Amino acid sequence: MSSLKQYIDLYNENKLVFDQSPYAISQLRNHAIDFLARYIQKPSKEHVAYPELATEYFFAPDYGLNINRMQFAVDIAASFKCDVPNISTLLAVVVNDTFRPTALLEKNLPQGVTVCSLAHIAKTKPEWTSKYLNVLADDSTAASALNTLLLQDGVVIHISKGVKLDKPIQIVNIFNSTAPLMASRRILVVAEEDSSAKVLICDHSQLRDVEYLSDEVIEIFAEKGSNIEIYDIEESTTTTRRIRQVFCRQEAESAFTMMANTLSGGISINDFHVSSIGDNTHTHLGGLVIGALKQIVENKVNLVHDSRHSTSDQLFKYALFEESRGAFGGKIIVAEGAEFTDASQSNRNLLASDNARMATAPQLEIYCDEVKCSHGATTGQLDERALFYMQTRGIPQEEAKLMLTQAFMADVIESISFDIIRERLRFLVEKRLCGASATCSTGECSGCKTSNVN
Amino acid sequence: MAEELLKVEGLRAGIDGKEILRGINLTVREGEVHAIMGPNGSGKSTLSGVLAGDPRFSVNSGKATFHGIDLLTLSPEDRSHEGLFLSFQYPVEIPGVTMVNFMRAAVNAKRKYFKEPPLSAGDFLKLMRQKRAIVELDNKLASRSVNEGFSGGEKKRNEIFQMAVLEPRLSILDETDSGLDIDALRIVAGGVNKLKTDKNATIVITHYQRLLDYIKPDFVHILYKGKIVYSGGPELALELEEKGYDWIKQQVDAE
Repeated sequence: MSSLKQYIDLYNENKLVFDQSPYAISQLRNHAIDFLARYIQKPSKEHVAYPELATEYFFAPDYGLNINRMQFAVDIAASFKCDVPNISTLLAVVVNDTFRPTALLEKNLPQGVTVCSLAHIAKTKPEWTSKYLNVLADDSTAASALNTLLLQDGVVIHISKGVKLDKPIQIVNIFNSTAPLMASRRILVVAEEDSSAKVLICDHSQLRDVEYLSDEVIEIFAEKGSNIEIYDIEESTTTTRRIRQVFCRQEAESAFTMMANTLSGGISINDFHVSSIGDNTHTHLGGLVIGALKQIVENKVNLVHDSRHSTSDQLFKYALFEESRGAFGGKIIVAEGAEFTDASQSNRNLLASDNARMATAPQLEIYCDEVKCSHGATTGQLDERALFYMQTRGIPQEEAKLMLTQAFMADVIESISFDIIRERLRFLVEKRLCGASATCSTGECSGCKTSNVN
Repeated sequence: MAEELLKVEGLRAGIDGKEILRGINLTVREGEVHAIMGPNGSGKSTLSGVLAGDPRFSVNSGKATFHGIDLLTLSPEDRSHEGLFLSFQYPVEIPGVTMVNFMRAAVNAKRKYFKEPPLSAGDFLKLMRQKRAIVELDNKLASRSVNEGFSGGEKKRNEIFQMAVLEPRLSILDETDSGLDIDALRIVAGGVNKLKTDKNATIVITHYQRLLDYIKPDFVHILYKGKIVYSGGPELALELEEKGYDWIKQQVDAE
């Protein structure tokens, strides 16, 4: 039996409840259920680096769903033990799959910027919602179809034409449930012409021993001349699984940045689908991974250049400790007629333990002349000569390893143009590396002092 | 007589099962400068590597005592804290680690070893400034990655700068003259001479007499086939310069 079937059964048993969703959401379910029924009968062939990344395995545990919209009490502060100086953001919290604005959010939102509940928008603006919701994701994968089937709420970010938002929007995803739980999370971003915004997404789970699954879909409409930057920092527990599928459509002269930074978690899959359909777009994708224990992290990219004079660059870096495993599958497709495309892709990995594994597959498909494309991947270990050199200067081996790993991550952190997020990430990476290199299963590193490293 | 700083006795060591050092005996006292010369492949760099704790080499037998401490059982970092310094023949480039962070980590690790608090930012910068002057090292290098993109001369001056900061009791300079032009050589040698006291000692490993014009040795040893086959005063270096190594080789190989 397919592991997806249990969710279809669950849906059918609770159809009455699901039907109470706003029509703009519930009308999408028939298509999703058809797709899933067909998928179960004839699953599409998956090429996975590790068995744990297969759809069948990923969705196999029987998680509960918060179908009846029970409200969980969440102490937001408890999830923010990050020791990071508070940054001023437009903050919204998603508890499991439910949107919760913070008290000041609405007051602080400038004219022309909407950050609110998907369920609310679907109810109040059904036509607007239908114009965008699921248009890009379109149930094109089993995970995204499942998200549509079970979708009840989410986040809508709408930036009106010409609005340049300085303050970052921050979405904090929190899992809070004493029983195993799956959440269908959805974020819809519509950046109208010549608008710009930065979004920071943080993932946390509150209880250490409870299993959580996040099946998330992000749809991004980058309209002409818009500039959208999304930074994601995942700090989940080892019992959390997350699949995040990002679908972005870029119109002419738009710029899209997304960086996925996985600092901790159980199994994390980031799956980017980006298509450039207008000329002169720029796409910047990247991220860093710090793997420890038995963590598995995969980043997949499917970037389609279907326009002229567009550029893209990708830089993904992994530092894998203990028995962690990483996978990277990056595909750049330069379509026929996409002349003067300039695309580059790089995946560099550091195996910090004998038991860590990395599987990487950078790919290029070019159907056009007059393009400039490059891709590459390297996987290696810490430089033994550099380690010895540092030791002869009195730097203890563990500290030297930490410094070299930080140095390895330096360029991907430096590539973040937004300084507040760059510094925050630099801090979190340093903190995480202390924990990882000290084989610290709790992820906390109180005993580690790196003040002398700075 | 001055205190004994390093005593190497019957040291045998090698790499990948191949023995390179075949019984080294060497005593270095405070205030002394020793030159170790020898043809290519005689084991000069192996000796410096073994003394510094390079994990590539394995010690088969013998011992090395460093001011009363069994040197060979210490980690490379503890050897450094105890006052041993190796100037690398090929200083390693470390992309992404800035000189200033590197030096701060080194200085504070040593202070921690001796249970002293970390140096304040102000004191640290002052220390850097003072020590840089000794080898005329450009301030701009401080913000660059360790040795990355440094010229040959800058790399060697950087080694002596680190030596100045760490104030070792025994410095081993491994082919410090290689890759240096005459001006850089003068600056590097000048730095070494400025750091010389009657309490520390230096081992200069070199191919050529040239460096010894600037750093005057008290003793010259000739290393050949993993053994010190000849020891003498500074005049021995001049003799080598004149006659080459062949007469030593013939003499030893005939035995």
